[in-house]
Amino acid sequence: MKLKLATLALGATMAAAPVMADLVFPSLSYRTGPFAAGGIPFADGYADYFTLLNERDGGIGGEMASVPECETAYNTEKGVECYEATKDSGALIYQPLSTGITYQLIPKVTADGIPLHTMGYGRTSAKNGKVFSHVFNYPVNYWDGASVGVNHFMKQAGGSLEGKKITLLHFNGAYGREPIPTLEALSAKHGFDFNAIPIDYPGQEQKSQWLQIRRERPDFILFWGWGVMNQVAVQEAANIRFPMENFMGIWWSGSENDVIPAGDGANGYKSLQFHNVGNDFPVFDDIQKYVVDAGKAAGAGDQVGTVLYNRGVYAAFLAAEAAKQAQAANGTSAIDASMMRDAMESLEITAATMEAAGLPGFGPEFKVSCENHGGDGLAAVGQWDAASQSWSLISDFEPSDGSVIGPLVDADSAAYAEENKVAMSCN
Amino acid sequence: MPDQLIFGMEVFLNGLMAGVLYALVALGFVLIYKASGIFNYAQGVMALFSALTLVGIMEGQIPFAHLINAIFGTELHHFGWHVPGILAIVLTMAVMVLLAICVQKFVFRHLVGQEPIILFMATIGLAYFLEGVGDLMWGSEIKKLDVGLPQGINLAIDETTFGWFGYGFFIDNLDIVATIIAALLVAVLVIFAQYTKQGRAMRAVADDHQAALSVGVSLNFIWVMVWSVAGFVALVAGIMWGTKSGVQFSLSLIALKALPVLMLGGFTSIPGAIVGGLIIGVGEKLFEFAIGPLVGGATENWFAYVLALIFLVFRPQGLFGEKIIERV
Repeated sequence: MKLKLATLALGATMAAAPVMADLVFPSLSYRTGPFAAGGIPFADGYADYFTLLNERDGGIGGEMASVPECETAYNTEKGVECYEATKDSGALIYQPLSTGITYQLIPKVTADGIPLHTMGYGRTSAKNGKVFSHVFNYPVNYWDGASVGVNHFMKQAGGSLEGKKITLLHFNGAYGREPIPTLEALSAKHGFDFNAIPIDYPGQEQKSQWLQIRRERPDFILFWGWGVMNQVAVQEAANIRFPMENFMGIWWSGSENDVIPAGDGANGYKSLQFHNVGNDFPVFDDIQKYVVDAGKAAGAGDQVGTVLYNRGVYAAFLAAEAAKQAQAANGTSAIDASMMRDAMESLEITAATMEAAGLPGFGPEFKVSCENHGGDGLAAVGQWDAASQSWSLISDFEPSDGSVIGPLVDADSAAYAEENKVAMSCN
Repeated sequence: MPDQLIFGMEVFLNGLMAGVLYALVALGFVLIYKASGIFNYAQGVMALFSALTLVGIMEGQIPFAHLINAIFGTELHHFGWHVPGILAIVLTMAVMVLLAICVQKFVFRHLVGQEPIILFMATIGLAYFLEGVGDLMWGSEIKKLDVGLPQGINLAIDETTFGWFGYGFFIDNLDIVATIIAALLVAVLVIFAQYTKQGRAMRAVADDHQAALSVGVSLNFIWVMVWSVAGFVALVAGIMWGTKSGVQFSLSLIALKALPVLMLGGFTSIPGAIVGGLIIGVGEKLFEFAIGPLVGGATENWFAYVLALIFLVFRPQGLFGEKIIERV
């Protein structure tokens, strides 16, 4: 009996563990819990892109990619457990899709020498690679998002925000409070009134916040929400008849999930995006052919082309491109985390790179360096059309205000360096 | 009239409406606790499960489709029909009754006479089980729920108050409907408990289940009945909250809103759940309005518990709870 159990246990371990020669891209996913509706499409997109590379191209540079999943349920403690459980599997990169988990992993990945990519989330000042050697947040961060949003409102207001009022409606936590310093600085620069209204987790009840908005009548609202908070906010905005074209969410408040429950009332709602939307890209034809139709999709295959699925694909694409560049730079296909980190620090995504991957114009072009782990901070504005039930980009990928964000990044990263005794350097 | 007073009146009215929605969730807890002494941790998940089932039936979704497809390689998703809202509600209620029978037969029947903490732990297990089954049956994507309830600003109130104060009050039509439904629900529950044979039997079981047994009351039947009624209340709460936010797994978190209501109103009183809900709703909204801006806002979650705790200092059994005196 004991022998049988031991054999079963060994078999299970062998089945679960990645083959050590694979390129390992652990996926700290959340397919359960209150945030599953956002976590599932991202995890599916992330896994499906690597499956596509394996099935169509024979892997990356001849090495098969493996994507072991670990369920975090968007819980920080579980996320850290997942990291500890998978880091010795040859992990090349982590993308935890959670600001809370990111904050806990920053010192750990730095000590373990594994790069952490927090694409459009996490600690904004990680853009400074002289302080955060193993943390990358390209192509864009929250402060870029706040700046691009304000720029868009400025254009909408005819070129000036003087005397206008912008309200930040936000998740009452580290994630939601991230853009406040930027918006305060932009308020001083452009002469608009700014106030912030927090919403406590989970955000199912937002009557107080929307009554306040109705009383104060801001000209524009920026919104930093996640999970059920998004759907309720869009519904409440529709209820008080706030003009939807003046209401813009960050990219985590701009998926189909967030607007469909509000029906026609959500029409015209805007959201920042750092990658394109829809499924009109060659890569999705290949995913359909090699992954979904072949029965190898990570999920049900019904999320292809949705905003968060696309984000998962984009995250995997950026990781795969860094792996390719690491292989080229080191002359070996069997790269390790250190090589991956170095490649991420010199990553360049051009139009040609995206075209070659079947993603023409899918995201902004950008270049990473030691001084700049955050890329060029370009974001676009998307708008929801309730009739066609689809998002479309209504602007190009446009730059943020570097003159405001640069000093804020320097100040915050310097404070982190001092607090944690990190010597600033570029290797 | 000063602006702040007018705004305060609007906040007060919205607080009352929010309180009704909290009370709807709290009612389910009260019913089960009153009849069986079980604090049902799964009440929030029951609201989620019922709302998921309702949308699934309305949309003609095939239950366990993903599982069936994964095992048999099929491509099944929908039956191809849509079920009208009323019929879907009736069918969902049938599912909730079936659930009540299963819960009683497979869980609590085997735990009769156990310590309250054991029963509580069983409801925690039930919550996780139901959440998992709900996911397997209906999927985890966010679903739009539309049973025809009106939503958005009530224009009549807006225009009337504008005429009076020069400022139109915002009252959500959905909140008005929820208030009417909650009032009807409470009236029906009170009449049921006071004037029907089954209701009196339920109260007898609540007072002393052994004595009730001795006079021929069937414990099994009463507990199935109570879990079914709690399932119905969960369905009503699931419809109201699901209409606001779409049906999604965070719906189970509405239970968090019920806890301070229960602490304040008492675990054993139906009117207590209503009055407690109203006090919490109004209290948290007025506090957020008056004090929130001074302390950075987002006070509602913690203030509801502080308010409940303040009441507990003076009435540990809650406003309407039964005072338990144990003589040594």
